[in-house]
Order: sequence, then structure tokens, then C-alpha cells
Amino acid sequence: MKMRKVLWFALLATLAATPAWAQNINAAGATFPYPIYSKWFDEYHKLHPNVQINYQSIGSGGGIRQLLDKTVDFGASDGPMSDDQLKQAGFRVLHFPTVLGGAVPSYNLPGVTGELKFTPEALAGIFLGKVTKWNDPAIAGVNAGIKLPAEDIVVVHRSDGSGTTYIWTDYLSKVSDEWRTKVGKDTSVNWPVGLGGKGNEGVAGLVKQTPYAIGYVELIYAVQNSISYGLVKNASGDFVKASLAGVSAAAAGAATSMPDDFRVSITNAPGKAAYPISSFTWLLIPAQIQDAAKKAAIKDFLGWMMTSGQQLCEGLAYAKLPKEVIAKEQKAIALIQ
Amino acid sequence: MSARMIWRKSVNVLMLSLTGLCALIAVSVLFFILGYLVYHGGKDVSWDFFTKLPKPVGEAGGGMANAIVGSGKLLLLAALIGIPVGLLGGIYLAEFGGRAVPFVVRYTADLLNGVPSIVIGIFAYAVAVMPVHHFSAVAGGFALGVMMIPIVLRSTEQFLNAVPRAMREGAMALGASKWRTISSVVLPAASRGILTAALLALARVAGETAPLLFTAFGNRFWSPGWGQPIASLPVMIFTYAVGPYDDWHEQAWAAGLVLLGLVLLTNIIVRTVLSRGASAQRS
Amino acid sequence: MATAHTTVDAAGLSWGPRALLRRLRTGDEIARLVTLVFALSTVLLTVVLVEQLWVNSALARHRFGLAFLWSRVWDPVFNQFGALPFVYGTLVTSALGLAIAVPLGLGAAIFLAELAPRRLSDNFTFLIDLLAAVPSVIYGLLGVFVLVPLMRTEIQPALKRTLGFIPLFQGPAYGIGLLTAGLVLAVMIVPFIISVSREVLLAVPRDQREAALALGATRWEATWKAVVPYARTGIMGSVFLALARALGETMAVTMVIGNNPRIAASLFAPGYSIASVLANEFSEATGNLYLSALIELGLVLFLLTFVLNGLARLLIVLTTSRGSGVAQA
Repeated sequence: MKMRKVLWFALLATLAATPAWAQNINAAGATFPYPIYSKWFDEYHKLHPNVQINYQSIGSGGGIRQLLDKTVDFGASDGPMSDDQLKQAGFRVLHFPTVLGGAVPSYNLPGVTGELKFTPEALAGIFLGKVTKWNDPAIAGVNAGIKLPAEDIVVVHRSDGSGTTYIWTDYLSKVSDEWRTKVGKDTSVNWPVGLGGKGNEGVAGLVKQTPYAIGYVELIYAVQNSISYGLVKNASGDFVKASLAGVSAAAAGAATSMPDDFRVSITNAPGKAAYPISSFTWLLIPAQIQDAAKKAAIKDFLGWMMTSGQQLCEGLAYAKLPKEVIAKEQKAIALIQ
Repeated sequence: MSARMIWRKSVNVLMLSLTGLCALIAVSVLFFILGYLVYHGGKDVSWDFFTKLPKPVGEAGGGMANAIVGSGKLLLLAALIGIPVGLLGGIYLAEFGGRAVPFVVRYTADLLNGVPSIVIGIFAYAVAVMPVHHFSAVAGGFALGVMMIPIVLRSTEQFLNAVPRAMREGAMALGASKWRTISSVVLPAASRGILTAALLALARVAGETAPLLFTAFGNRFWSPGWGQPIASLPVMIFTYAVGPYDDWHEQAWAAGLVLLGLVLLTNIIVRTVLSRGASAQRS
Repeated sequence: MATAHTTVDAAGLSWGPRALLRRLRTGDEIARLVTLVFALSTVLLTVVLVEQLWVNSALARHRFGLAFLWSRVWDPVFNQFGALPFVYGTLVTSALGLAIAVPLGLGAAIFLAELAPRRLSDNFTFLIDLLAAVPSVIYGLLGVFVLVPLMRTEIQPALKRTLGFIPLFQGPAYGIGLLTAGLVLAVMIVPFIISVSREVLLAVPRDQREAALALGATRWEATWKAVVPYARTGIMGSVFLALARALGETMAVTMVIGNNPRIAASLFAPGYSIASVLANEFSEATGNLYLSALIELGLVLFLLTFVLNGLARLLIVLTTSRGSGVAQA
């Protein structure tokens, strides 16, 4: 009898066990930077074993919403919060850019070798449901050497509230009047056509498993899963493939003229080498954090992120932040009180 | 034999075979599911799977140790909430009840039982997450516990009612108070049935995913205590299955095998115990 | 034993509560009170649940009114929300599920109740009860990796070739979509139809079957023309129960339905069910109207299942109370 009681207590103790000094920080949001964030939080945890930053990639919409509901300590989003959302918060939210990434048109075309080129008109047409076949002139016209099949295009988009959607629709709104008036830009839109996948992971999964599919994902998802992605024509008329250089080139203009709240859009940026569907992605941190230990941990993490963290970006196909932006951010950390 | 007779006889044989085929199809589905999971998940159920934490996205390896323990913690909480409420409520219905109160309680229990699990999840979010601004194991356990209550309640009432009146009257004739009768005589007699119902309810909520999506939320690390987000097997299966990484898919299969194995094992053990116990009681 | 009495003494203190407390010293009264509290807590939980659904959907209800139920547009950007695409998806997938599960399930139930030897019937029923215990997410797993590729490469093209002239079977074969979701649902609800129908058929009095056989019917004729019609109401009840289950099914459907709130004529098209949109969008709806609209969808789903479950229980009780006492599903 006594043995059983002892075992019970041992069981309960292990189930409830935590080192008393452990710091548990909860965050949620964008799937766009999830690979680099999960790497960062893992590395940071190795350096500081008593700090656990639990990040759930539920989409930028989720990150904003949970931040507003205060069920997480900070959020993450690739679409900056709108003025309305900031007002809805009732508390001050600071945006901290973390990395630069690009959304790519990834596709699954069995039997097609060579890289496809996409014009803004083609992309808008595909996602509006107007361009329905792969061998449509809008696509074939700029892909002279490639034999395109006469198959239906399977469009894949996000089913959840997504910053990647924000980046994609932001770009389409800039290059297509019809898109801007009919659909608009937001983390969640009324898609004219297509299947919905949950998270960048879900869209990549669908594209990978569905022949003749096209979907927009962050660059690293296409790379890590060996999914083909195409070149996009930028504002200067050049076809650019998403890359660290292309994304950094897109940010070049914004780097010097970065607003104080760091909210800026760099899609369809000017410049010969600029990749047109690039974006910053932000951590959304409340300016006031009550818990002193949490505040210290978050501030320390931000500082680490801007120095050592940045070194890990390129390994995962995210571009580092421009030096000017980092300098500005390091000053902004002081705003967290 | 007339032509009509031959026709009727052939229809007879045909339909009997068809219905037999239907039953066979229904049963083979179970074996198909099991077989597929064993085939695909079997090779990935390794020591690592049970002991390691998930790795950063895109890196192969890692395991689901935190999800397994997480599911265990959630089920413990669910049992702590669902079993006492269901048991004591069922005792009231069977032993103390009148007309009005039991009717209302039974009706609402059936209602609660039919509520889709996603709606329970929304309810638990509104009641257990929003007010404290925290996703937590407690909220997840609460959602699962609420789902268990109607099952345990109705089963308790049923098994208590099945205890013969003679036993109660015998105890009372010996001078036992009502509560003494219930606790020493009636409950032990019905205990086997109630226990099996509770275990079956637990097995049922062990596989639920939807109510955990916005209550327990998820955790890549160990979840300390009871007030933090926590990983669970079903949610991990869902997350990994819809992702693109092949490594994730393999882990999802392994997790599916483990989950299904536990659920089926519980069901098989509990149901055979119940039928053996019932036949023992009859003899 | 002192009896309870309510008197007011010179100091103005009522003796009622004191008398009550005295009664409470007996274990029986405490037991009664405690168990009553727990029994009522079930009621309280349900009441709070409905209240929360009602109150939190107020914003959307006032904005859209009853028209919410038949609006087609679901647009978070322009704050226009309508339930029709989700109701459509939910009903179509459930109807498909029933269309496949009812014949299959009824056939199996007839076999198990009427035609199979006792031991075989018991063993098969045991296995089918196990099937009912398989978690939804496991069905989803198999749906995504086994059924979807099969649909895309074999079944949907075959359907297109043979039945492609019907609008139901036109359009590109994604593999994912309403038809696949309906199939998955069918597999999930078959065990319920079988187990409840079997109980109901077993409850039919022997005389029915024996009378038919005495008149020279074959076994099938006796079953189909005498036993099954007698159990008709109970079988309907099992169908309603299965339907209520199918309506609320979340995970398996979310993984294979396509997540597109569109109403298309083809069964190959992607769709969206109420439970799926809640699973996908609930934790992310920014904006109060958006969230309120989602909760209103939850309310609609709750009401649908509530009505169906009520009807189902009524029908089953009506049938089984005529025969031997039988445990409910």
C-alpha cells in the first residue's frame, strides 16, 4: 500500500516537474519565418537552458489575434498590423523586423524541366481564375523554350490568416487593378479559385502532392521540399529568381528610409536585381511587459537575434537585415518597459 | 419448381450474400486501417520517437516525447473533471432523483453529448482561456473533461439502476442509511460497469483533436506544470500530416500507430472484461 | 429526530436555516445535496455553453440577421460573411456519407442481426465497435495519404470517363474535395448505423419473422418484408444519429475537403464545412465581426446537431421501447 502511494507521488511529481527557475514564454504567428524562428529558439534555448520560447506557427492572422487577446507574450506577422488593429489592441505594440524573405510561385509540373518565368499579369490571371490552363499564352508567351501541358492549373492558397497571403496579395494589388478592386490585400481574402492549405507547410504539402498545382510559399519551404519555383518579372522588367541577393536588393531602398515604427512594404521594389515579392517579417512585442523576468528574457533574445541570430539566416535562405535597420532596432529595444 | 420460385430463391441467396459482403467490408476496414498504420508507422516507432523532443522545422530526427507525456497529462485532467462530476451526478439520478430534476439532467447530458467537439473547443476557449489570457493544459483538460461528463453520467445511472433492488433492501433492512447503502453495497456492485464506461470515455477523448486546437494550443518543448500550452499526440499528428516534410509524415504515421494502438488496446481490454464480468454475474 | 421548523425568535433570527443545517448533519442529506450539485453542474455547463454561443455571436447576428444563412460571400477583407458555402459543404459531404454508409450499414446490420450465427455476429459486432473508437485524426491521416492520391489518379478520372456527362462529376480531379470528404465520412459513420440498426432489429419480436416464414417466405423475404419495416423508425433514428455525427466531424474532413468556401456543382470541387472553417480560422480571426461570424457558424452547427439528435433519440426510443429493453448507442 505504501509503495503504491510513493509511486503515485513520484508520478505526479514528474508530471508537474519544472525547474523553478525556468522561464516559459509563449509566442505565435507567422509560418513564413517558422524555419528560422524554430532554429533561433532552439539555439537560444541551448545557450540559456532556463528560457523556453514556445512558438506555434498558426499564421500571421493568428499571431495578431492572440496578441490582441493577450494569450501569448508576443506575436509574429509578415503583414504589419494595420492602424485599425493597433487601435484595437488598446496597448502599444512595437514591430521588430527579424529577417527578409521572399514569397515564390512554386509549382508542380510533372515532366517539365527548366525554370518557368511568370509575368505579373500571368500571376494575377492565374490567381483570379482567368488563366486556367498551363499552356495559356499568358504563361507560354514568356517561356518560349518550354513545352507546357494543356492541363488545368490547380491553384493553392492559404486557408488560414496569413502574412504570406498579405505579401502575395499586396504584390498583386500593386500590379493588377482588377485584383486590387476585386479581392484586395489582407491576411485572409476571398479567393476566387483554389484549394486552401493550412500554413506555409500546408500549401507546400499540397503543391508537392498535387500535379499541375501552383501555390505561393516562402522561399525556404520550396527549397527544403525540393519544389520547383519560377522567376518573376520585377518592376524594371527583369525576370528575377528569388534569392538572398534579390531579396536584399529589394530592401535596399527601404533600409535608408525606414519609418520609426518599422512598418513598410517592399513588394514590387524598384531596382534591376530586386526580387519583386519580398518582405520583411516582424515580431510584434508589447511595449509594456509586466513580468520582469519575461521582459529581460525577451529583450535579451532580441539583442541576440540581431547579432548572433542573423548569422543563421542565410543557411536557411532568409536574407539578413540591412545594417541600418539593425542599428535602428537596437535603439528601439529600449522602448520595451 | 415454378419460375417464380426459382427467382425468389435466387434473390434470397443473392441478398444474403450481399449483406454478408457488407458486413465483411465493414470489418475489413478496421484491419486495413490497422495494417496500414503498422506498415507505415511501424518502422518509425523507435526509441528516439518516445524520448526526444521535436527538432527545428526542416531538420530530420527528433521525436514526440513531449506530445506523449502531454496527452497523458491532458487525460489525467480530463479524468479529474469528467469522472467525479459524471459519477456523482449519475448517483443522484439513480438513487435520489425525483421526476423533474433527473429529466432535465438527462436531457442536457444527451444534448451535451451531441455537441460537436469543435464547438466544445470554442466554449472552452471562451471560458478557460480568454479570462486568464493563457492557453493551458488545464483548458485542454477542461474541454476533454466536459466531453466525458455525459458519457460517465449516463453510464453510471444505467449501471446503478441495473443493481437489483433486493441488494438495496437487504442493506437497509440491516439498518444502513441510504448513503451507506449506496457506498458499501450498490456502488461496488456497479463498479465494474462504471469503470469500463469511464475508461471507454477516456479512450474516446484521447483521440480528440479539435477541442485542443484552441485550448492546449501546442508546445515544442516540455510543458511545465499545468498552466502552460502543451503538446498532444492528436494535434501533432494533424500538424505533421498536413506539412510538406517527409520526415514529418513518417513521424505522423508513427504517432498514429501509437495513438490507435493505445485506444484500441483500451477498448479491447475493457470490453472483454465487461462481457466476461457480466456473464460471471449472470451465472 | 428533531423536525425542521421555521420560527422567528425575538432577535429576528429565522430558525429555518438552522434547522436545515441540523438536517445536514445526517450523511444522507449531505450526500443528496452533493450529488445534486454535481448533477446540476451538467445543466449549468450546457446552459453556459449555449449562452456563450448566443452572446458572442450577437455582433454578427445583428449585422446580418437571418440572411446570414443564405449569403454566399465569405470575405474577411470587406467584412462580408455568409454561412451558405459552409452549410452547403457540410450538408453535401454528410449526404454523400449517408448515401454510401446507409446501404452498407443496413446490409451489414441485417446480416448481423438476422442471418449470421450468434458467435460470428458477436465477434463482428465487437470489431465494428472497435472501428467506432478509431480517432478522427487517424481517418484524416489515411484520407490524406491513401484516399486522396487514389481519388486523384484512379477513381475520379474513372468517374469522369463514365459519368462525366453529369455536372456532378465534371471538373479537374484534385483528389481533394467534397467527394473525398464524403467518402471519409461514410467510413466513419458506418459503425454507428450498424450498431444501432442491429440493436433495433434484434428488438423486433420473433413473431414477426416466424409468421412470415410460416407463410412460406424465404429468409430474405421474411427479413426484408416483415422484420425491417417493423424496425423502420429505429433505423431512421440510427440514420439521424449518424447524420448528426457526420455534421460535426472536424479533423478528417478538414484534411481532405479543400478548404475553399465556394459552391460548385461538381463533387470534385473543393468545399468547406462549418466544422472545418472553425478549426482553420477560429484562432486567427482578427476583427470582432469576423470572430462573431465564426461563432454564429458554431451556433448554427450546434442547432443543427441539436435538432437531429433530438429526433434520433425520439425515433430510437419509440422502436426499442416496443421490444426488449436495450441500451442506447
